[in-house]
Amino acid sequence: MALESAQTTPVSPTRTDKFVWGIPQNGLQQKEREVSTEEPPPLPANAELTYIGKATERYDGPAKAMGTGKYTADVNLPGMLYARMVDATIPHGRIVSIDTTAAEKLPGVRAVHVIEHVYGVAELRDPKLETPSRYPVIRYAGQPIAGVAAVSQQIANDAAKLVNVQYDTMPFVVDRSEARADDAPVVFPGPADAAGSAGGGGGPAGVPQKGNVHGPERKTIGDIEKGFAEADVIVEGEYFTQVQTHSALETHGFVVDWKPEEMTVYASTQGTASVRSEFADVFKLPKSKVRVITEYMGGGFGAKFGAGNEGVVAAYLSQKANAPVKLMLDRRQEHIVCNRPDSHQKLKIGAKHDGTLTAIQLTSYGTAGVGTGAGTAGPATNLYKCPNLLTEEYDVFINAGPGAAFRAPGHPPGCFAFEQTIDDLALKLSMDPLDFREKIDENPARKVERQVIRDRTNWRNRKPAGSDTGPIKRGMGIAQSVWYRFVSMNSSCEVRVSRDGSVELMSAVQDLGTGTKTMLAVVVAEEFGIPPSSVVVRIGDTRFPIGPDSGGSVTTGSISPAARNAAYQAKLKLFAAVASKLGTTPDNLAVQNGRVIFKNDPSRSFTLKQVTAKLPTDEISAQATRLPEYSKERITYGGVDYVELAVDTETGRVHVEKVFGAHDCGRPINPTGVISQINGGMLQGISYALFEQRIMDRNAGYMLNANLENYKILGAREVPEIEIVLIENYIAQSSTDAAGIGESAGIITLAAAIGNAFYNATGVRMRKIPMTPANVLSALGKVQEVQA
Amino acid sequence: MADAPKIGFSRRGFLKGAGVTAATTAIESANALVREAKDVAHFDRAVGPDALPVKLHINGREHSVTIEPRYTLAETLRDNLGLTGTKVVCDRGSCSACTVWIDETPVLACMTLAIDTVGRQITTIEGLSQGDTMHQVQAAFVKHDAMQCGFCTPGMVMSCAALLERNPNPNLDDVKHAISGNLCRCGTYPKVFAATLDVAQQRKQSAGLMTLSAGWEA
Repeated sequence: MALESAQTTPVSPTRTDKFVWGIPQNGLQQKEREVSTEEPPPLPANAELTYIGKATERYDGPAKAMGTGKYTADVNLPGMLYARMVDATIPHGRIVSIDTTAAEKLPGVRAVHVIEHVYGVAELRDPKLETPSRYPVIRYAGQPIAGVAAVSQQIANDAAKLVNVQYDTMPFVVDRSEARADDAPVVFPGPADAAGSAGGGGGPAGVPQKGNVHGPERKTIGDIEKGFAEADVIVEGEYFTQVQTHSALETHGFVVDWKPEEMTVYASTQGTASVRSEFADVFKLPKSKVRVITEYMGGGFGAKFGAGNEGVVAAYLSQKANAPVKLMLDRRQEHIVCNRPDSHQKLKIGAKHDGTLTAIQLTSYGTAGVGTGAGTAGPATNLYKCPNLLTEEYDVFINAGPGAAFRAPGHPPGCFAFEQTIDDLALKLSMDPLDFREKIDENPARKVERQVIRDRTNWRNRKPAGSDTGPIKRGMGIAQSVWYRFVSMNSSCEVRVSRDGSVELMSAVQDLGTGTKTMLAVVVAEEFGIPPSSVVVRIGDTRFPIGPDSGGSVTTGSISPAARNAAYQAKLKLFAAVASKLGTTPDNLAVQNGRVIFKNDPSRSFTLKQVTAKLPTDEISAQATRLPEYSKERITYGGVDYVELAVDTETGRVHVEKVFGAHDCGRPINPTGVISQINGGMLQGISYALFEQRIMDRNAGYMLNANLENYKILGAREVPEIEIVLIENYIAQSSTDAAGIGESAGIITLAAAIGNAFYNATGVRMRKIPMTPANVLSALGKVQEVQA
Repeated sequence: MADAPKIGFSRRGFLKGAGVTAATTAIESANALVREAKDVAHFDRAVGPDALPVKLHINGREHSVTIEPRYTLAETLRDNLGLTGTKVVCDRGSCSACTVWIDETPVLACMTLAIDTVGRQITTIEGLSQGDTMHQVQAAFVKHDAMQCGFCTPGMVMSCAALLERNPNPNLDDVKHAISGNLCRCGTYPKVFAATLDVAQQRKQSAGLMTLSAGWEA
C-alpha cells in the first residue's frame, strides 16, 4: 500500500477535548483526546446533527440523470484529435520492426507515436538479462505498442490497423498452474518486480524468484507448529478463484492538451494527484505546469491511477500534432489493461474444542499476469486474532495483462477461502457459524452486526446442510469482512464565503461516483447551518488544493476533516469580520439550527446571508490540510453479510435470493451514498462469485472474452432483495470521524457468504468460483470438471 | 433490449448479413436489406464511402451534419453534434448505455447507422428534460440515488422512461425486463427499480387526482 498512516504526534499547541465514542447500540461513551488548537470543536453523534448523517440527494444527481455531466470521454476541445492505441497481437516475443508509413499516409492522420517504455508491468531487476532493443519485449497480447492520432475516431481506428509490426515470437504460458512447472516458458528471464499503484495492490519486491514463481512473501506470528500441536481440531481446505476484470463503464482514457505554458490533462482517474505526479515525472515538467481535471468519472474500482501507457501516448501525440488529443481505450483494451489476480489457496486452521483458534496457515499462488500483487492473506491475518500464523504468498508470472488494485485487493479471494474454512471449523466443532465467530471475534462493531443479523434475518430457521430433498435446494450463509483505516495527509480544501452568502468548497480530490462531492457539501453545510444543496462544490482540478488519491477507502476519512476544518476556519474569519457590526464579539457568535445566533442571547439570530452582508470585503476564504489522527489506536472497519440462495441441482444455476448486510465505516456522513456503495459492493460480489471470469486461449495466448457479452457481469435479472443496516462507530480520530466504505462494502464477503450458503443448501463445499453451472454440476458430481 | 429496432439497416443487421448461418437470421437480414434499400433510396445515388450531408431530427430540432455512411448514430451524436449524454461503453450492442429513442422506440445508438435515421425522430437523454426541468424519471433517479458513477444512467433513464410510455403500470419484473440489457458496474439496479416504480405510482396518483378534479368541474 502506498498509503501512509497518519499517526505522528501534533506539534502545534494542543487542548483536551471530549469526543463521542463507541456504538449507539452499546450506549455511547466519551473519550478524551489531546488535539491541535486548530481543530474545530468535537461533533456530537449524528442524531444531534442537522445534515451530517441525514439522507442527502447526490450533489451531481441532476447532471448525471440529464446527461449533462462531462466525463473525460465527453471532452471535446477545439481542434481536438482522436487517438487509438495499437497493441500486441502476440503473447510473447520481440518486435523486429514497426512500419508506420501506411498509417502516417492515411488522409486525416496527424501523428503516430511508438512506445519506448511500458508502464505498469513488472521489470527485470537486472535489465542486462535481455538483449537491448529499441522496442520493449512483448510479454502479453494487448501490450501497448503505439498510438495514432487523427481528425476523427474512425480514421484513427483505420490508421491503427495500418501500423505494421513484425515479431520474433517466443514460447508463452497463459495458465497459472502450467506456469509453475520447471519447464514452463519464462515470462521474464530473471527476477522481476512491479511497483504498486496509489490504490494499493502490487506485490513485494526483492523476494526470491524461481522460473515464473515470485515469492514467497512470508508473514509469521508465534510458532505455527506449536499452534497445530495445541489444536484439538484441524481443518484444511483448498480453494480456487478466477481473474476478474474491472469493467468500469468508462474505459481508461485521457485528453491531453500540451501547450508550452501548461500541459492540461483531462483524466478518467481515481487520483488527480497521482496523474499530475506521473505526467511531471515522465515528461520532466515541474508540477506547476501540469494541470489535471476530473470533473466526472465513469468508475475505476482500483484500475485508474497515474498516467498509464495511454496517458503517456496521448501526451506524445499532442506534442507531435500540436493539438489536443483524446485517447480512450476501447472495450477490449479495457479488459486487458489490468485485473484482479486469480488464486489457488491452501488453508489449514487449528482450534481448541471450545473454539479458541490456535493456528492459521495459508499458502497462496496467484497470477497478476506480467505484474505482481496476487497475495490473499489479508482476511486470514486480520479478521480474527490467532497467536500462531504463517502466510506464504506467491505471484506466478504468465503472459497476460498485469494485475492492479481492485476494490479491496486480495480480500475477496482471501475471504472466499478463509471464511469457508472458518465455517468448516464451526461444523467440526458442532458450533453455529455465528456463535463460533462470537467466540473468536472481539471487534465490538462486528458483535453488534452479528446481533443485527440474528435479529433481522431468517438465520434462526437455518436447517442442517443439505436438508432439502427436491432438486432445488435452499440455504443461508454468512461471512465477515475487515478493512483498514488508511489516511492520506495529501488532503486539503479551501472554503470561500462571499458577501452574497454563497459558500464554495474547492479541492483537487475527485469523485469516482462514490459521492465525494455530496459528502463534502454535507460537511460544509453542517458548519454553516445551510442546506447541502446551497454549497457549491468544485473538485477534480489540480488548480485547487491537493486531494488524496481514491484507493483503499481512503478518501472520506482523509478529506472530510480538511473540509470541515476549512469551513470552520472560514466561519471564524467571518465572525471576526462582522461581529462588531452586529454589536457583539466574535466568540459570542455560533451557528445553531440553521441560523447564526448570539450565544448569550439565542433570541438574537440571523440568516447566514444577513451576516455575510456585513463583510467588509467581497470574499473571505480559508484553507485547511488534514491534521494527524488523534491517537495511534489501530482501527479496522468491516461488516457481516448474510445470504439466502437456491441451488438448482439439475441445471447447476445458483440464484441469490436475499442479501442482508450490517456494515460500519466510522461516522456515516451521507447514509444514502454509503448504502448505494454497499449495494454496489454486494452486487459486484455476487457477480464475482457467480459470473465473471477472464478466459485465456491456451493455444493462442490471448483473452477470449475481452468484451461485455462474453465477459458476463451481473445484470438487473440477477439482483436479489437487499437490506442494509449501517452501524455508527465513533472512534474519536478526526474532526469528522468519518471513513470510506468502498472496500468493506460487500465485495469482500459475498463470494464467501454464497459459498457458505451453498454448503448449507447442498452439503457440498464450492471450492471454485465463478459458480457457473459447469462448476456447480462438477462440484455436485454430476459432470466431469471442465477447465475454462 | 425489450424492443427490437424498427428501423432498417443496423450495424448488427449488417454483421449478421455478412456471415449468416441460421435460416431465420438470413430471412431477417434479407428483410433488413430490403428496408435498407428503401431507406437510402431518397439519396438518389449509392452513398459513401465519403462523407455526405444529412439532416437529422433530434430532440425536436433539425441538425445538419456531414458524416460518412459508416458512422454510427452514437458516434454522430457524440463527436459531430456534441450530444455527449449518450454514452458509448461496449460499442457492440451488449450494454445499452447508448440507448436513445427512434420514433419513441428505444434502440442502441452504437448499433444504428446515423444515415438510417434520416427522416426519423430521434430523442436523446438531452431531449428528455425541458431545459433545467428534469423529466419525471430523471427526478426519480435523483430522489432514489439510482446512480453512482452515472455512466450507465442516461441509458437506464431512456429504457425506464420508454417502459413507462408503453406500460404505465409496470411491476418489478417488468422493470427488470426493461433494463435487462442495461449494464451497471456500480450496482445501482435496486435503486433504478425503485425510481421507476415510484414514477408509475406518482402518475397513477396524479391521474386519479385529475379524474377527481374533472368530476368536480362537471
